[in-house]
Amino acid sequence: MGSIGNVTPQAMHFAEPLRLQSGAQLADYTLMYETYGTLNAARSNAVLLCHALNASHHVAGTYDGDPKSAGWWDNMVGPGKPLDTDRYFVIGVNNLGSCFGSTGPMHVNPATGKPYGAAFPLVTVEDWVAAQARLADRLGIEQFAAVMGGSLGGMQALAWSIMYPQRLRHCMVIASTPKLSAQNIAFNDVARQAILSDPDYHGGDFYEHGVVPKNGLKVARMVGHITYLSNDDMAEKFGRKLRNAAENNAYAFDFGIDFEIESYLRYQGDKFSEYFDANTYLLITKALDYFDPARDFNGDLTRALASTKAQFMVVSFTTDWRFAPDRSREIVEALISNRRRVTYAEIDAPHGHDAFLLDDTRYMNMVRAYYNRIWTESVTDVEAA
Amino acid sequence: MNFEELSALRPDLAFIAHWVPKGAHVLDVGCGDGVMLRHLQVDKACSGYGIEIADDKLLESTKIGINVLQHDMEKGLGLFGDNSFDTVLCLSSLQMMQHVEALLRDIVRVGAEAIVSFPNFAYWPHRVALARGRMPVSKLLPYEWYDTPNVRCATIYDFEELAAECGLEVLERVALADGKPVSFLPNLRGSLGVFRLRKKTRAQSST
Repeated sequence: MGSIGNVTPQAMHFAEPLRLQSGAQLADYTLMYETYGTLNAARSNAVLLCHALNASHHVAGTYDGDPKSAGWWDNMVGPGKPLDTDRYFVIGVNNLGSCFGSTGPMHVNPATGKPYGAAFPLVTVEDWVAAQARLADRLGIEQFAAVMGGSLGGMQALAWSIMYPQRLRHCMVIASTPKLSAQNIAFNDVARQAILSDPDYHGGDFYEHGVVPKNGLKVARMVGHITYLSNDDMAEKFGRKLRNAAENNAYAFDFGIDFEIESYLRYQGDKFSEYFDANTYLLITKALDYFDPARDFNGDLTRALASTKAQFMVVSFTTDWRFAPDRSREIVEALISNRRRVTYAEIDAPHGHDAFLLDDTRYMNMVRAYYNRIWTESVTDVEAA
Repeated sequence: MNFEELSALRPDLAFIAHWVPKGAHVLDVGCGDGVMLRHLQVDKACSGYGIEIADDKLLESTKIGINVLQHDMEKGLGLFGDNSFDTVLCLSSLQMMQHVEALLRDIVRVGAEAIVSFPNFAYWPHRVALARGRMPVSKLLPYEWYDTPNVRCATIYDFEELAAECGLEVLERVALADGKPVSFLPNLRGSLGVFRLRKKTRAQSST
Protein backbone atom coordinates (compact mmCIF):
# COMPACT_ATOMS: atom_id res chain seq x y z
CA MET A 1 0.00 0.00 0.00
CA GLY A 2 1.91 2.99 -1.26
CA SER A 3 1.56 6.52 -2.37
CA ILE A 4 0.50 7.24 -5.91
CA GLY A 5 3.86 8.98 -6.36
CA ASN A 6 4.37 12.21 -8.21
CA VAL A 7 1.31 13.79 -9.79
CA THR A 8 0.78 16.75 -12.09
CA PRO A 9 -2.13 19.17 -11.87
CA GLN A 10 -3.96 20.03 -15.07
CA ALA A 11 -6.05 23.00 -16.10
CA MET A 12 -9.16 22.93 -18.24
CA HIS A 13 -10.57 26.10 -19.70
CA PHE A 14 -14.29 26.53 -20.35
CA ALA A 15 -15.20 29.21 -22.87
CA GLU A 16 -18.96 28.83 -22.52
CA PRO A 17 -20.47 31.06 -19.80
CA LEU A 18 -21.72 29.52 -16.55
CA ARG A 19 -25.00 30.90 -15.26
CA LEU A 20 -24.90 30.91 -11.45
CA GLN A 21 -27.67 30.37 -8.92
CA SER A 22 -27.46 34.03 -7.89
CA GLY A 23 -28.35 35.08 -11.42
CA ALA A 24 -24.80 36.28 -12.09
CA GLN A 25 -22.73 34.72 -14.81
CA LEU A 26 -19.10 33.76 -15.27
CA ALA A 27 -18.16 34.52 -18.88
CA ASP A 28 -15.46 31.86 -18.92
CA TYR A 29 -13.43 30.03 -16.34
CA THR A 30 -10.70 27.52 -15.68
CA LEU A 31 -10.83 24.49 -13.40
CA MET A 32 -7.73 22.86 -11.95
CA TYR A 33 -7.87 19.11 -11.54
CA GLU A 34 -5.76 16.03 -11.00
CA THR A 35 -6.44 12.45 -11.97
CA TYR A 36 -5.07 9.21 -10.56
CA GLY A 37 -5.41 5.71 -11.99
CA THR A 38 -6.71 4.82 -15.44
CA LEU A 39 -10.11 5.29 -16.99
CA ASN A 40 -11.28 1.91 -18.26
CA ALA A 41 -12.60 1.30 -21.77
CA ALA A 42 -16.22 1.33 -20.58
CA ARG A 43 -15.53 4.65 -18.79
CA SER A 44 -17.31 3.19 -15.78
CA ASN A 45 -14.65 3.33 -13.08
CA ALA A 46 -14.43 7.07 -12.48
CA VAL A 47 -14.73 8.50 -8.97
CA LEU A 48 -15.07 12.21 -8.35
CA LEU A 49 -13.76 13.60 -5.06
CA CYS A 50 -15.13 16.93 -3.88
CA HIS A 51 -13.08 19.07 -1.54
CA ALA A 52 -14.02 20.95 1.61
CA LEU A 53 -13.31 24.50 2.71
CA ASN A 54 -9.55 24.82 2.57
CA ALA A 55 -8.54 21.97 0.26
CA SER A 56 -7.97 21.67 -3.46
CA HIS A 57 -7.70 19.37 -6.46
CA HIS A 58 -4.52 17.93 -4.94
CA VAL A 59 -6.09 14.91 -3.27
CA ALA A 60 -3.29 12.36 -3.39
CA GLY A 61 0.34 11.90 -4.30
CA THR A 62 3.11 14.45 -4.17
CA TYR A 63 4.60 17.08 -6.45
CA ASP A 64 7.99 16.46 -7.98
CA GLY A 65 10.77 17.65 -5.70
CA ASP A 66 8.46 18.30 -2.75
CA PRO A 67 8.08 15.12 -0.69
CA LYS A 68 6.05 16.99 1.94
CA SER A 69 3.37 17.95 -0.59
CA ALA A 70 1.11 14.91 0.00
CA GLY A 71 -2.51 15.48 -1.05
CA TRP A 72 -5.22 16.11 1.52
CA TRP A 73 -6.73 12.61 1.23
CA ASP A 74 -3.50 10.74 0.51
CA ASN A 75 -4.33 8.22 3.27
CA MET A 76 -7.60 7.37 1.46
CA VAL A 77 -6.56 7.41 -2.19
CA GLY A 78 -3.76 5.43 -3.81
CA PRO A 79 -2.69 1.96 -4.90
CA GLY A 80 -4.14 -0.57 -2.44
CA LYS A 81 -5.73 2.18 -0.34
CA PRO A 82 -9.47 2.24 0.54
CA LEU A 83 -10.13 4.09 -2.73
CA ASP A 84 -7.80 1.95 -4.81
CA THR A 85 -6.30 3.73 -7.81
CA ASP A 86 -5.37 0.34 -9.29
CA ARG A 87 -9.11 -0.08 -9.84
CA TYR A 88 -10.60 3.37 -10.05
CA PHE A 89 -9.94 6.48 -12.10
CA VAL A 90 -10.03 9.18 -9.45
CA ILE A 91 -10.55 12.88 -10.13
CA GLY A 92 -9.85 15.72 -7.73
CA VAL A 93 -11.18 19.09 -8.85
CA ASN A 94 -10.65 22.57 -7.47
CA ASN A 95 -13.84 24.57 -7.16
CA LEU A 96 -14.64 27.97 -8.63
CA GLY A 97 -13.78 30.83 -6.31
CA SER A 98 -10.98 28.88 -4.70
CA CYS A 99 -7.40 30.10 -4.40
CA PHE A 100 -5.58 27.07 -5.77
CA GLY A 101 -5.72 27.79 -9.47
CA SER A 102 -9.34 27.51 -10.57
CA THR A 103 -10.88 30.84 -11.50
CA GLY A 104 -11.24 32.88 -8.34
CA PRO A 105 -11.33 36.37 -6.83
CA MET A 106 -7.58 36.91 -7.30
CA HIS A 107 -7.86 36.46 -11.06
CA VAL A 108 -8.45 39.20 -13.55
CA ASN A 109 -12.05 40.02 -14.29
CA PRO A 110 -12.19 40.28 -18.10
CA ALA A 111 -14.88 42.96 -17.78
CA THR A 112 -12.69 45.36 -15.77
CA GLY A 113 -9.14 44.24 -16.41
CA LYS A 114 -8.58 44.16 -12.64
CA PRO A 115 -8.76 41.29 -10.13
CA TYR A 116 -12.34 40.32 -9.24
CA GLY A 117 -11.80 40.82 -5.52
CA ALA A 118 -15.09 41.00 -3.65
CA ALA A 119 -16.82 41.37 -7.03
CA PHE A 120 -16.29 37.69 -7.74
CA PRO A 121 -19.84 36.33 -7.92
CA LEU A 122 -20.99 34.25 -4.94
CA VAL A 123 -20.99 30.61 -5.98
CA THR A 124 -23.10 27.91 -4.40
CA VAL A 125 -22.58 24.20 -3.90
CA GLU A 126 -24.92 23.64 -6.85
CA ASP A 127 -22.85 26.01 -9.02
CA TRP A 128 -19.73 24.04 -8.20
CA VAL A 129 -21.46 20.79 -9.09
CA ALA A 130 -22.65 22.26 -12.41
CA ALA A 131 -19.06 23.26 -13.20
CA GLN A 132 -17.79 19.81 -12.17
CA ALA A 133 -20.37 18.21 -14.48
CA ARG A 134 -18.91 20.14 -17.40
CA LEU A 135 -15.47 18.85 -16.50
CA ALA A 136 -16.92 15.31 -16.48
CA ASP A 137 -18.43 15.95 -19.93
CA ARG A 138 -15.10 17.04 -21.30
CA LEU A 139 -13.33 14.03 -19.77
CA GLY A 140 -15.94 11.80 -21.43
CA ILE A 141 -17.44 10.53 -18.20
CA GLU A 142 -21.15 9.95 -18.54
CA GLN A 143 -21.62 8.27 -15.17
CA PHE A 144 -19.37 8.15 -12.10
CA ALA A 145 -18.98 4.93 -10.16
CA ALA A 146 -19.08 7.23 -7.13
CA VAL A 147 -19.01 10.86 -6.14
CA MET A 148 -17.53 11.27 -2.67
CA GLY A 149 -16.72 14.10 -0.33
CA GLY A 150 -16.28 15.04 3.31
CA SER A 151 -17.88 18.01 5.06
CA LEU A 152 -18.54 20.66 2.37
CA GLY A 153 -17.38 18.01 -0.12
CA GLY A 154 -20.17 15.75 1.15
CA MET A 155 -22.67 18.51 0.36
CA GLN A 156 -21.40 18.52 -3.23
CA ALA A 157 -21.78 14.74 -3.45
CA LEU A 158 -25.34 15.07 -2.12
CA ALA A 159 -26.06 17.87 -4.64
CA TRP A 160 -24.75 15.63 -7.43
CA SER A 161 -27.26 12.94 -6.48
CA ILE A 162 -30.09 15.47 -6.66
CA MET A 163 -29.00 17.46 -9.74
CA TYR A 164 -27.69 14.65 -11.92
CA PRO A 165 -29.33 11.47 -10.59
CA GLN A 166 -28.30 9.40 -13.62
CA ARG A 167 -24.69 10.44 -13.52
CA LEU A 168 -23.54 8.62 -10.38
CA ARG A 169 -24.09 5.06 -9.17
CA HIS A 170 -22.95 5.75 -5.63
CA CYS A 171 -22.98 8.86 -3.48
CA MET A 172 -20.64 8.91 -0.47
CA VAL A 173 -21.39 11.64 2.04
CA ILE A 174 -18.88 11.84 4.92
CA ALA A 175 -19.08 14.05 8.03
CA SER A 176 -21.58 16.29 6.30
CA THR A 177 -25.02 17.81 6.76
CA PRO A 178 -28.09 18.62 4.67
CA LYS A 179 -27.89 22.21 5.91
CA LEU A 180 -25.99 24.38 8.38
CA SER A 181 -27.46 25.05 11.81
CA ALA A 182 -27.78 28.54 13.27
CA GLN A 183 -24.68 27.76 15.32
CA ASN A 184 -22.71 26.75 12.20
CA ILE A 185 -23.73 29.98 10.43
CA ALA A 186 -22.86 31.98 13.54
CA PHE A 187 -19.31 30.62 13.57
CA ASN A 188 -18.98 31.35 9.86
CA ASP A 189 -20.11 34.91 10.32
CA VAL A 190 -17.64 35.54 13.13
CA ALA A 191 -14.93 34.33 10.74
CA ARG A 192 -16.22 36.59 7.97
CA GLN A 193 -16.42 39.60 10.27
CA ALA A 194 -12.80 39.04 11.29
CA ILE A 195 -11.79 39.36 7.63
CA LEU A 196 -14.22 42.13 6.68
CA SER A 197 -13.11 44.31 9.60
CA ASP A 198 -9.39 43.90 8.91
CA PRO A 199 -8.19 47.31 7.58
CA ASP A 200 -6.01 45.45 5.09
CA TYR A 201 -9.10 43.93 3.46
CA HIS A 202 -9.83 47.14 1.51
CA GLY A 203 -13.33 46.05 0.54
CA GLY A 204 -11.88 42.97 -1.12
CA ASP A 205 -9.46 44.88 -3.36
CA PHE A 206 -6.39 44.28 -1.19
CA TYR A 207 -4.52 42.84 -4.19
CA GLU A 208 -4.00 46.28 -5.69
CA HIS A 209 -2.83 47.65 -2.33
CA GLY A 210 -0.17 44.99 -2.15
CA VAL A 211 -1.37 43.75 1.25
CA VAL A 212 -3.19 40.73 2.65
CA PRO A 213 -5.73 40.90 5.52
CA LYS A 214 -3.65 38.43 7.44
CA ASN A 215 -4.99 39.19 10.88
CA GLY A 216 -8.56 38.72 9.74
CA LEU A 217 -7.72 35.45 7.99
CA LYS A 218 -5.83 34.26 11.04
CA VAL A 219 -8.72 34.86 13.41
CA ALA A 220 -11.13 33.31 10.89
CA ARG A 221 -9.00 30.19 10.78
CA MET A 222 -8.67 30.06 14.56
CA VAL A 223 -12.45 30.19 14.98
CA GLY A 224 -12.95 27.59 12.28
CA HIS A 225 -10.29 25.31 13.68
CA ILE A 226 -11.98 25.21 17.08
CA THR A 227 -15.06 23.73 15.42
CA TYR A 228 -13.00 21.01 13.71
CA LEU A 229 -11.71 19.55 16.98
CA SER A 230 -13.61 17.84 19.75
CA ASN A 231 -13.57 19.13 23.30
CA ASP A 232 -12.03 15.85 24.48
CA ASP A 233 -9.38 15.89 21.80
CA MET A 234 -8.40 19.44 22.69
CA ALA A 235 -8.36 18.60 26.39
CA GLU A 236 -6.13 15.63 25.77
CA LYS A 237 -3.74 17.33 23.37
CA PHE A 238 -3.45 20.67 25.18
CA GLY A 239 -5.41 20.70 28.40
CA ARG A 240 -4.33 23.72 30.42
CA LYS A 241 -0.68 23.16 29.59
CA LEU A 242 1.35 26.34 29.61
CA ARG A 243 3.57 27.29 26.72
CA ASN A 244 6.59 27.98 28.89
CA ALA A 245 5.97 25.34 31.49
CA ALA A 246 9.69 25.12 32.26
CA GLU A 247 9.78 28.59 33.76
CA ASN A 248 8.25 27.78 37.13
CA ASN A 249 4.90 27.08 35.48
CA ALA A 250 4.00 30.73 36.07
CA TYR A 251 1.44 32.84 34.27
CA ALA A 252 2.86 35.68 32.17
CA PHE A 253 0.29 38.25 33.33
CA ASP A 254 0.07 39.81 29.88
CA PHE A 255 -1.84 39.22 26.63
CA GLY A 256 0.84 37.14 25.00
CA ILE A 257 0.70 33.37 24.78
CA ASP A 258 0.17 31.59 28.09
CA PHE A 259 -1.51 28.34 27.08
CA GLU A 260 -0.47 25.69 24.56
CA ILE A 261 -3.85 25.86 22.89
CA GLU A 262 -3.33 29.58 22.19
CA SER A 263 0.04 28.85 20.68
CA TYR A 264 -1.39 26.05 18.54
CA LEU A 265 -4.34 28.05 17.21
CA ARG A 266 -2.23 31.12 16.48
CA TYR A 267 0.29 28.97 14.65
CA GLN A 268 -2.48 27.36 12.59
CA GLY A 269 -3.94 30.80 11.89
CA ASP A 270 -0.58 32.26 10.84
CA LYS A 271 0.17 29.32 8.56
CA PHE A 272 -3.27 29.58 6.97
CA SER A 273 -3.01 33.32 6.38
CA GLU A 274 0.20 32.71 4.42
CA TYR A 275 -1.49 30.69 1.68
CA PHE A 276 -5.24 31.22 1.77
CA ASP A 277 -7.17 34.00 0.10
CA ALA A 278 -9.50 36.18 2.17
CA ASN A 279 -12.13 36.56 -0.55
CA THR A 280 -12.13 32.80 -1.08
CA TYR A 281 -12.71 32.24 2.63
CA LEU A 282 -15.64 34.64 2.57
CA LEU A 283 -17.34 33.11 -0.43
CA ILE A 284 -16.81 29.49 0.57
CA THR A 285 -18.33 30.09 4.01
CA LYS A 286 -21.29 31.71 2.22
CA ALA A 287 -21.65 28.62 0.00
CA LEU A 288 -21.76 26.55 3.20
CA ASP A 289 -24.42 28.81 4.73
CA TYR A 290 -26.61 28.77 1.62
CA PHE A 291 -26.61 25.01 1.09
CA ASP A 292 -30.07 23.67 1.87
CA PRO A 293 -31.50 21.39 -0.83
CA ALA A 294 -34.74 20.99 1.14
CA ARG A 295 -35.41 24.74 0.91
CA ASP A 296 -37.25 24.38 -2.40
CA PHE A 297 -39.46 21.72 -0.81
CA ASN A 298 -40.70 23.57 2.27
CA GLY A 299 -37.85 22.10 4.28
CA ASP A 300 -38.83 18.54 3.38
CA LEU A 301 -35.54 16.70 2.78
CA THR A 302 -37.38 13.52 1.83
CA ARG A 303 -38.94 15.29 -1.14
CA ALA A 304 -35.62 16.97 -1.98
CA LEU A 305 -34.01 13.54 -2.24
CA ALA A 306 -36.91 11.91 -4.10
CA SER A 307 -35.20 12.46 -7.45
CA THR A 308 -32.02 10.61 -6.44
CA LYS A 309 -31.18 7.27 -7.99
CA ALA A 310 -27.76 6.51 -6.49
CA GLN A 311 -26.91 4.15 -3.69
CA PHE A 312 -25.58 5.98 -0.67
CA MET A 313 -22.93 5.61 1.95
CA VAL A 314 -23.26 8.09 4.80
CA VAL A 315 -20.60 8.31 7.51
CA SER A 316 -20.53 10.44 10.65
CA PHE A 317 -18.21 10.68 13.65
CA THR A 318 -19.52 10.58 17.21
CA THR A 319 -17.41 13.49 18.49
CA ASP A 320 -18.07 15.75 15.49
CA TRP A 321 -20.10 18.61 16.91
CA ARG A 322 -19.74 20.81 13.82
CA PHE A 323 -21.74 18.38 11.65
CA ALA A 324 -22.92 15.97 14.33
CA PRO A 325 -24.21 12.43 13.66
CA ASP A 326 -27.79 13.74 13.99
CA ARG A 327 -27.25 15.79 10.82
CA SER A 328 -26.12 12.68 8.93
CA ARG A 329 -29.07 10.75 10.34
CA GLU A 330 -31.40 13.37 8.81
CA ILE A 331 -29.96 12.45 5.42
CA VAL A 332 -30.26 8.73 6.18
CA GLU A 333 -33.85 9.10 7.36
CA ALA A 334 -34.84 10.99 4.20
CA LEU A 335 -33.17 8.35 2.05
CA ILE A 336 -34.93 5.55 3.92
CA SER A 337 -38.28 7.30 3.38
CA ASN A 338 -37.47 7.24 -0.33
CA ARG A 339 -36.44 3.58 -0.09
CA ARG A 340 -32.98 4.38 -1.38
CA ARG A 341 -30.23 1.88 -0.76
CA VAL A 342 -28.11 3.35 2.02
CA THR A 343 -25.29 2.23 4.30
CA TYR A 344 -24.70 4.32 7.40
CA ALA A 345 -21.67 4.17 9.70
CA GLU A 346 -21.38 6.20 12.87
CA ILE A 347 -17.70 5.98 13.70
CA ASP A 348 -16.80 6.29 17.37
CA ALA A 349 -13.68 8.40 16.84
CA PRO A 350 -12.27 10.99 19.25
CA HIS A 351 -11.10 13.60 16.74
CA GLY A 352 -14.24 15.63 16.07
CA HIS A 353 -15.01 16.92 12.58
CA ASP A 354 -11.41 16.47 11.41
CA ALA A 355 -11.79 12.70 11.85
CA PHE A 356 -12.90 12.37 8.24
CA LEU A 357 -9.35 13.25 7.14
CA LEU A 358 -7.59 11.01 9.65
CA ASP A 359 -6.74 7.33 9.83
CA ASP A 360 -9.24 5.40 11.85
CA THR A 361 -9.26 1.67 11.19
CA ARG A 362 -13.05 1.29 11.43
CA TYR A 363 -13.64 4.25 9.12
CA MET A 364 -11.04 3.20 6.56
CA ASN A 365 -12.27 -0.42 6.63
CA MET A 366 -15.85 0.66 5.98
CA VAL A 367 -14.87 2.86 3.03
CA ARG A 368 -12.67 0.09 1.67
CA ALA A 369 -15.47 -2.48 2.02
CA TYR A 370 -17.88 -0.13 0.28
CA TYR A 371 -15.52 0.45 -2.67
CA ASN A 372 -14.98 -3.31 -2.90
CA ARG A 373 -18.71 -3.67 -3.16
CA ILE A 374 -18.94 -1.05 -5.93
CA TRP A 375 -16.22 -2.95 -7.71
CA THR A 376 -17.94 -6.33 -7.31
CA GLU A 377 -21.19 -4.83 -8.61
CA SER A 378 -19.51 -3.38 -11.68
CA VAL A 379 -17.75 -6.66 -12.44
CA THR A 380 -21.05 -8.55 -12.03
CA ASP A 381 -22.76 -6.03 -14.32
CA VAL A 382 -20.18 -6.59 -17.02
CA GLU A 383 -20.56 -10.36 -16.72
CA ALA A 384 -24.34 -10.07 -16.84
CA ALA A 385 -24.10 -7.88 -19.95
CA MET B 1 -26.12 -17.35 -0.13
CA ASN B 2 -28.64 -19.85 -1.46
CA PHE B 3 -31.12 -21.78 0.60
CA GLU B 4 -29.04 -24.97 0.86
CA GLU B 5 -26.03 -23.08 2.14
CA LEU B 6 -28.14 -21.19 4.63
CA SER B 7 -29.82 -24.40 5.78
CA ALA B 8 -26.47 -26.00 6.45
CA LEU B 9 -24.94 -23.01 8.23
CA ARG B 10 -27.91 -21.43 9.98
CA PRO B 11 -30.91 -23.79 9.96
CA ASP B 12 -32.92 -21.46 12.19
CA LEU B 13 -32.57 -18.64 9.67
CA ALA B 14 -33.42 -20.98 6.80
CA PHE B 15 -36.65 -21.95 8.59
CA ILE B 16 -37.58 -18.34 9.30
CA ALA B 17 -36.83 -17.29 5.70
CA HIS B 18 -39.86 -19.38 4.66
CA TRP B 19 -42.12 -16.84 6.37
CA VAL B 20 -40.79 -13.86 4.43
CA PRO B 21 -42.72 -13.29 1.20
CA LYS B 22 -40.90 -12.84 -2.09
CA GLY B 23 -40.01 -9.25 -2.89
CA ALA B 24 -40.81 -8.05 0.65
CA HIS B 25 -39.34 -4.80 2.00
CA VAL B 26 -37.56 -6.05 5.12
CA LEU B 27 -35.97 -4.49 8.19
CA ASP B 28 -33.59 -6.77 10.06
CA VAL B 29 -33.21 -5.38 13.58
CA GLY B 30 -29.84 -6.59 14.88
CA CYS B 31 -28.77 -8.03 11.55
CA GLY B 32 -25.37 -9.24 12.78
CA ASP B 33 -23.19 -10.42 9.89
CA GLY B 34 -26.03 -9.75 7.43
CA VAL B 35 -26.36 -13.36 6.27
CA MET B 36 -30.15 -13.45 6.59
CA LEU B 37 -30.78 -10.22 4.68
CA ARG B 38 -28.28 -11.22 2.00
CA HIS B 39 -30.10 -14.51 1.56
CA LEU B 40 -33.46 -12.74 1.32
CA GLN B 41 -32.03 -10.29 -1.24
CA VAL B 42 -30.46 -12.92 -3.45
CA ASP B 43 -32.94 -15.78 -3.14
CA LYS B 44 -36.20 -13.90 -2.61
CA ALA B 45 -35.57 -10.53 -4.28
CA CYS B 46 -36.27 -8.72 -1.01
CA SER B 47 -35.14 -5.13 -0.37
CA GLY B 48 -34.53 -3.32 2.89
CA TYR B 49 -32.05 -2.58 5.62
CA GLY B 50 -30.22 -4.14 8.49
CA ILE B 51 -29.65 -2.36 11.79
CA GLU B 52 -26.52 -3.13 13.75
CA ILE B 53 -24.57 -1.34 16.46
CA ALA B 54 -21.33 -3.34 16.59
CA ASP B 55 -18.51 -2.01 14.37
CA ASP B 56 -17.26 -5.47 13.38
CA LYS B 57 -20.70 -6.72 12.38
CA LEU B 58 -21.41 -3.50 10.49
CA LEU B 59 -18.27 -4.16 8.47
CA GLU B 60 -19.24 -7.81 7.86
CA SER B 61 -22.68 -6.73 6.68
CA THR B 62 -21.17 -4.13 4.35
CA LYS B 63 -18.76 -6.68 2.93
CA ILE B 64 -21.58 -9.11 2.27
CA GLY B 65 -23.39 -6.41 0.32
CA ILE B 66 -26.45 -5.50 2.37
CA ASN B 67 -27.59 -2.00 3.31
CA VAL B 68 -26.75 -1.72 6.96
CA LEU B 69 -27.37 1.22 9.27
CA GLN B 70 -25.29 1.69 12.41
CA HIS B 71 -27.82 2.34 15.09
CA ASP B 72 -28.48 1.54 18.73
CA MET B 73 -31.71 -0.44 18.89
CA GLU B 74 -32.22 0.71 22.47
CA LYS B 75 -32.95 4.13 21.00
CA GLY B 76 -35.92 2.73 19.12
CA LEU B 77 -36.79 2.75 15.45
CA GLY B 78 -37.52 6.46 15.03
CA LEU B 79 -35.60 6.43 11.73
CA PHE B 80 -38.50 4.57 10.18
CA GLY B 81 -42.07 5.59 9.46
CA ASP B 82 -45.19 3.62 10.43
CA ASN B 83 -45.79 0.49 8.34
CA SER B 84 -42.77 1.17 6.15
CA PHE B 85 -41.79 -2.50 5.93
CA ASP B 86 -43.61 -5.67 4.93
CA THR B 87 -41.64 -7.69 7.45
CA VAL B 88 -39.47 -6.71 10.41
CA LEU B 89 -37.06 -9.35 11.66
CA CYS B 90 -35.66 -9.33 15.17
CA LEU B 91 -33.74 -12.57 15.43
CA SER B 92 -31.99 -13.57 18.64
CA SER B 93 -31.55 -9.91 19.57
CA LEU B 94 -34.53 -8.99 21.73
CA GLN B 95 -33.07 -10.74 24.78
CA MET B 96 -30.14 -8.29 24.73
CA MET B 97 -32.37 -5.24 25.08
CA GLN B 98 -33.01 -3.18 28.18
CA HIS B 99 -36.26 -1.89 26.74
CA VAL B 100 -37.81 -5.03 25.32
CA GLU B 101 -41.41 -3.90 25.43
CA ALA B 102 -40.71 -0.51 23.83
CA LEU B 103 -38.72 -2.10 21.02
CA LEU B 104 -41.37 -4.74 20.42
CA ARG B 105 -44.03 -2.05 20.08
CA ASP B 106 -41.76 -0.12 17.71
CA ILE B 107 -41.12 -3.23 15.62
CA VAL B 108 -44.80 -3.78 14.96
CA ARG B 109 -45.28 -0.04 14.39
CA VAL B 110 -42.84 0.07 11.46
CA GLY B 111 -43.77 -3.30 9.97
CA ALA B 112 -46.94 -4.93 8.71
CA GLU B 113 -45.58 -8.13 10.19
CA ALA B 114 -42.81 -9.04 12.59
CA ILE B 115 -40.79 -12.18 13.11
CA VAL B 116 -39.14 -12.36 16.51
CA SER B 117 -36.90 -15.11 17.82
CA PHE B 118 -35.12 -15.57 21.14
CA PRO B 119 -33.41 -18.34 23.10
CA ASN B 120 -36.01 -20.28 25.09
CA PHE B 121 -34.93 -20.24 28.70
CA ALA B 122 -37.26 -23.16 29.45
CA TYR B 123 -35.39 -25.48 27.06
CA TRP B 124 -34.90 -28.71 29.02
CA PRO B 125 -31.07 -28.61 29.35
CA HIS B 126 -31.45 -25.16 30.89
CA ARG B 127 -33.97 -26.55 33.36
CA VAL B 128 -31.55 -29.36 34.20
CA ALA B 129 -28.75 -26.87 34.81
CA LEU B 130 -31.01 -24.83 37.10
CA ALA B 131 -32.19 -27.96 38.90
CA ARG B 132 -28.53 -28.68 39.59
CA GLY B 133 -28.25 -25.18 40.99
CA ARG B 134 -26.29 -23.61 38.11
CA MET B 135 -27.11 -21.02 35.46
CA PRO B 136 -27.50 -22.69 32.08
CA VAL B 137 -24.69 -22.47 29.53
CA SER B 138 -25.50 -23.94 26.12
CA LYS B 139 -24.94 -23.51 22.40
CA LEU B 140 -27.64 -20.82 22.31
CA LEU B 141 -26.67 -19.30 25.65
CA PRO B 142 -22.92 -19.69 25.50
CA TYR B 143 -22.09 -17.07 28.13
CA GLU B 144 -21.42 -17.13 31.84
CA TRP B 145 -23.91 -15.24 34.01
CA TYR B 146 -21.43 -12.40 34.58
CA ASP B 147 -20.52 -11.72 30.95
CA THR B 148 -23.71 -12.48 29.05
CA PRO B 149 -25.14 -9.86 26.72
CA ASN B 150 -28.50 -11.58 27.18
CA VAL B 151 -29.96 -9.42 29.91
CA ARG B 152 -33.52 -10.76 29.47
CA CYS B 153 -34.35 -14.40 30.05
CA ALA B 154 -37.71 -15.48 28.70
CA THR B 155 -39.57 -18.66 27.91
CA ILE B 156 -41.91 -19.19 24.99
CA TYR B 157 -44.89 -18.89 27.35
CA ASP B 158 -43.51 -15.64 28.80
CA PHE B 159 -43.11 -14.06 25.41
CA GLU B 160 -46.61 -15.07 24.40
CA GLU B 161 -47.90 -13.16 27.41
CA LEU B 162 -45.93 -10.02 26.50
CA ALA B 163 -47.14 -10.19 22.90
CA ALA B 164 -50.73 -10.32 24.15
CA GLU B 165 -50.10 -7.38 26.49
CA CYS B 166 -48.72 -5.37 23.58
CA GLY B 167 -51.90 -6.09 21.66
CA LEU B 168 -50.22 -8.31 19.10
CA GLU B 169 -51.76 -11.12 17.18
CA VAL B 170 -49.63 -14.26 17.06
CA LEU B 171 -49.85 -15.59 13.51
CA GLU B 172 -47.43 -18.43 14.09
CA ARG B 173 -45.54 -19.75 17.07
CA VAL B 174 -42.80 -22.29 16.59
CA ALA B 175 -40.17 -23.79 18.83
CA LEU B 176 -37.02 -24.81 17.00
CA ALA B 177 -34.38 -27.29 18.06
CA ASP B 178 -31.34 -27.33 15.77
CA GLY B 179 -33.38 -25.37 13.25
CA LYS B 180 -36.22 -27.92 13.14
CA PRO B 181 -39.69 -27.27 14.49
CA VAL B 182 -40.70 -29.14 17.63
CA SER B 183 -44.44 -29.63 18.06
CA PHE B 184 -44.55 -31.93 21.11
CA LEU B 185 -43.77 -30.07 24.37
CA PRO B 186 -42.30 -27.09 22.51
CA ASN B 187 -41.52 -24.99 25.60
CA LEU B 188 -39.48 -27.89 26.95
CA ARG B 189 -37.88 -29.27 23.81
CA GLY B 190 -37.38 -26.13 21.74
CA SER B 191 -34.18 -24.11 22.20
CA LEU B 192 -35.33 -21.16 20.11
CA GLY B 193 -38.75 -19.51 20.25
CA VAL B 194 -39.94 -17.99 16.98
CA PHE B 195 -43.06 -15.82 16.72
CA ARG B 196 -44.72 -14.32 13.70
CA LEU B 197 -46.72 -11.32 14.84
CA ARG B 198 -48.80 -8.44 13.66
CA LYS B 199 -50.77 -5.59 15.16
CA LYS B 200 -54.36 -6.47 15.92
CA THR B 201 -56.74 -4.59 13.68
CA ARG B 202 -58.97 -2.09 15.50
CA ALA B 203 -61.97 -4.44 15.36
CA GLN B 204 -59.96 -7.22 16.98
CA SER B 205 -58.40 -5.09 19.70
CA SER B 206 -61.76 -3.68 20.83
CA THR B 207 -63.09 -7.16 21.60
